[in-house]
Amino acid sequence: MSTIINNLGILWSGFAMTLALVAVSSVAALVLGTILATFRVSPVPILRTASTTYVEVIRNIPSTVIFFFALFALPQVDLQLDFFAAAVTALSVYYAAFFCEAVRSGINAVAVGQLEAARAVGMTFGMSLRLIVLPQAWRSVIPPLINVFIALVKTSAIASAFGVAEMLNVMERLINTDATAVLPILFTTAVLYLAITLTAGLAAGRLERKVAVSR
Amino acid sequence: MSLAAQPAPAPASQGTDALVVMNGVNKHYGALHVLKDINLNIQRGEVVVVIGPSGSGKSTLCRTINRLESIEGGTITLDGRPLPSEGKELARLRAEVGMVFQSFNLFAHKTILENVTLGPIKVRGVKKADAEKRGRELLERVGVGAQADKLPAQLSGGQQQRAAIARALAMEPKVLLFDEPTSALDPEMVNEVLEVMKELAASGMTMVVVTHEMGFARSAANRVIFMDGGSIVESADPETFFARPTSERARDFLSKIIAH
Repeated sequence: MSTIINNLGILWSGFAMTLALVAVSSVAALVLGTILATFRVSPVPILRTASTTYVEVIRNIPSTVIFFFALFALPQVDLQLDFFAAAVTALSVYYAAFFCEAVRSGINAVAVGQLEAARAVGMTFGMSLRLIVLPQAWRSVIPPLINVFIALVKTSAIASAFGVAEMLNVMERLINTDATAVLPILFTTAVLYLAITLTAGLAAGRLERKVAVSR
Repeated sequence: MSLAAQPAPAPASQGTDALVVMNGVNKHYGALHVLKDINLNIQRGEVVVVIGPSGSGKSTLCRTINRLESIEGGTITLDGRPLPSEGKELARLRAEVGMVFQSFNLFAHKTILENVTLGPIKVRGVKKADAEKRGRELLERVGVGAQADKLPAQLSGGQQQRAAIARALAMEPKVLLFDEPTSALDPEMVNEVLEVMKELAASGMTMVVVTHEMGFARSAANRVIFMDGGSIVESADPETFFARPTSERARDFLSKIIAH
């Protein structure tokens, strides 16, 4: 127990690093995933094909392989990223594919009449998506979006193996300094991950109830 | 007699004050020929009611006028300009053609007032305050002013449809299309919507109304068009049409709906 108390500072720094990693990656992945989803429903065939290919390739590869690509393949094309940026890239690229599918199912759930009405008042296809279809699509897929988010939080632990001093990385270091405190350290780590994922789940539940009336 | 004094022969489509001109319009859904050589001129201020059995192509005809349905043959012009095929030009055209749908299609995540102001603000670039002022006036006019800050799901069908009419009016359209506007309503709510439509018709709005409401056709239409199998079978003023339909198909249709 004393190991935990003595190392609160370093635990906190690991927790903060995980939060930063997750926050930046999930926003980037959601934005990229939404763009991909709009490509998948767009009237332009080449956009549909490009986006479908992206999703089918990326989501069917283990996330660790994507991390290796970000760290070792990008420098080959003269794109030198630090560990944090590489981890963000890997998480964003990987989870964009999953966010895309969640958002796409939401788009498909929006009644076609909504798009027709938007177009009938003179909105372009892009405006109709942005102002009418996507806001409703996101609302209808809050649970699957949170599923993807939780998976992203857990996958962020892979970054520990790639030199990012996030939570799992901190955990391993603490265990190495005091092997007798393995259980409290593991327990604390699990609780800190739960703090992120459970909070996200609760927030999603609230959000869902709040927007339920408006669809 | 000098040549200069002679008026140039007007093109057939502009002989009168035609706002919508459909010329030889054809459309297929796969093997199904849903619109067959449709020729139709709609005058400015005219109220045209389109009736006919299910599957006769009347909704499709209505939807081709703002190109929610594309056409494969023929031409459609609005105010003398042909309908653009895609992109910003088409969006601009649609802003000039109001549409009221069978299932209302109010934007589900926006309040009634936002539904009415979104088009003017985002498409026309009207200032928010001006759009809201005008929006509230329109909502008052159709009798749902008190519902302005509610979401569509909180309104009755009749109220939603009246709000949808206000949304279309907010764009100050040249012509309003109604695609079976009362077909999804509970019977006791049909009249409140028809009243609004009658008032609009009386105000000089150009309207194309696809409907099964024969009472509305009789009292508000300048012209009734009867469609069957993708063709316009008959086109006459309502009195003539209801009293002396010329085609066997129209007589048969009328006998079936008026008997009950």
